[in-house]
Amino acid sequence: MAQAANADFKTRLQTWLPKLVLSPSLAMVLIFVYGFIAFSVYLSFTDSRLLPSFGWVGWENYSKLWRLSHWETSITNMGIFALLYIGICTVLGLSLAIFLDQKIRAEGFIRTVYLYPMALSFIVTGTAWKWFLDPGIGLENVMQSWGWTSFEFDWIKNRDFAIYTVVLAAVWQTSGFVMAMFLAGLRGIDNEILKAAQMDGASNWNLYRRIIIPQLRPAFLSAFVILSHLAIKTFDLVIALTGGGPGRATELPATFMYSYTFSRNQMGIGAASATIMLMTIAAIMIPYLYAELREKK
Amino acid sequence: MMAHATQDTAIRTGRAVRMLIYLVLVLFALFYMLPLYVMLVNSVKPLDEITGGGMMNLPQVWTLAPWAKAWSSAQIGVEPTGLSPYFWNSIKMVVPAVAISTILGALNGYVLTKWRFRGDTILFGLMLFACFIPFQIVLIPMARMLGLMGLAGTTWGLVLVHVVYGIGFTTLYFRNYYAVFPTELVRAAQIDGAGFFQIFWRILLPSSGPIAVVSIIWQFTNIWNDFLFGASFAGADSQPMTVALNNLVQASHGVKEYNVHFAGAILAALPTLLVYIVAGRYFVRGLMAGSVKG
Repeated sequence: MAQAANADFKTRLQTWLPKLVLSPSLAMVLIFVYGFIAFSVYLSFTDSRLLPSFGWVGWENYSKLWRLSHWETSITNMGIFALLYIGICTVLGLSLAIFLDQKIRAEGFIRTVYLYPMALSFIVTGTAWKWFLDPGIGLENVMQSWGWTSFEFDWIKNRDFAIYTVVLAAVWQTSGFVMAMFLAGLRGIDNEILKAAQMDGASNWNLYRRIIIPQLRPAFLSAFVILSHLAIKTFDLVIALTGGGPGRATELPATFMYSYTFSRNQMGIGAASATIMLMTIAAIMIPYLYAELREKK
Repeated sequence: MMAHATQDTAIRTGRAVRMLIYLVLVLFALFYMLPLYVMLVNSVKPLDEITGGGMMNLPQVWTLAPWAKAWSSAQIGVEPTGLSPYFWNSIKMVVPAVAISTILGALNGYVLTKWRFRGDTILFGLMLFACFIPFQIVLIPMARMLGLMGLAGTTWGLVLVHVVYGIGFTTLYFRNYYAVFPTELVRAAQIDGAGFFQIFWRILLPSSGPIAVVSIIWQFTNIWNDFLFGASFAGADSQPMTVALNNLVQASHGVKEYNVHFAGAILAALPTLLVYIVAGRYFVRGLMAGSVKG
């Protein structure tokens, strides 16, 4: 009798054990991710300043936010940055992948060189580019010392052009990764179809345009999703490269949120900006993850 | 560029076009190497050679003094400690965070593939989405929570943060890896009376080497390179390397010692760069698994 009960307990334990093992991770995610999201979204509707406060103010923080020129700058910069960053990374990554796919000697070595920036911290990347682009000691100075005395390149100090230096450094960091994604896609394409099309006299241009590139759709989608979420989250690079300046010329939503919440003690507005960032990413990521996970079943 | 690319295929390429492709590939290799070259070459030359317009030149006088200064005596914040204490802070944070998140990821992946239950995909989706949120949305409550738990400003606080926001990826790796592991072996062992942990320990774990390496390298790189959490939650004696490097470079007082900054940047990059050189294959596998969910 006791033995039976013991055995019964054991089988029951075995059926519950998997869920028990999963539960600490699940609890962490539910509290630290979804609970915290709920808390931050709630704060965005309160009069929180230095510390969280629970006085309900409705949409006031949001309407204040959209009237701030500082936020407007961040959003405009985000638009310019995201468009150029995603566009250039995609075109460059695809082109390099197609080039590398031509039975290139030392392909492995070249791939390693293209991809190593992904292993670096944005703070390191930012530091390197900051001084390389600095007109005082970097490119401009070097060119002038080489005899091109009229050479000027002061984008990083120029309000109208500084954002493009952020694009340059970010493209440098991630384009190799995009190349690797497209290369993996190219390697998955069936050569038989290409051979058949060649027999029919298709030009190489048409092979790429009509057969190969359309088959890369999943790689395009992945690249777009990954790049857009990286773009929205860009923070460290701006801090290290320009510190958001000159003036506010390179502020992005992530740096805006940080300074409003932690330096300017406008926690309600900071939370509102974080909520907008989250919603933007969710609009891109949720359909993507949903499709990816559903396919698998 | 596109025009050149599309004149070729893998199957037939003319000589001239091939030369052009090699030229473009080499030019871009130089572009990617440029910042590394700038950092290396300027970290071993005296400051006046840099300010005199010689950033791209090899040093006329070779010196390791900038490295020594970056490591042990440069002014970081208010203390002239160099980057070395922060380097160890990063190590103390990275090692436990990587170990814990990888172990949890392995167990989660095992449960989610071999002990499936209703709604497991939704739970996995919830864990996965957590990897992609903009972390600004959790900064305020996390600061409060670390305070409540008595972990504010400590290395263990940072370990907790990195584990929480890392398990989505580690779970993803192990889940995808175990999904193709033959479930019959698990069922057979079950019939032989093996329990939950026995099966994991004796059957799945022995063949998990490659994915464990992927997970460890990914977590190591990500956590070592993190700046946002370090800047938000670290105290004076738990600041990681990235935060210290930023403080060194952004310091507004005194002469800007570019050579020391470059040496410091290499010191901060060295651990992840070494891992990439030794095991880049696994790092790329981690990157790809994180983008193409499969």
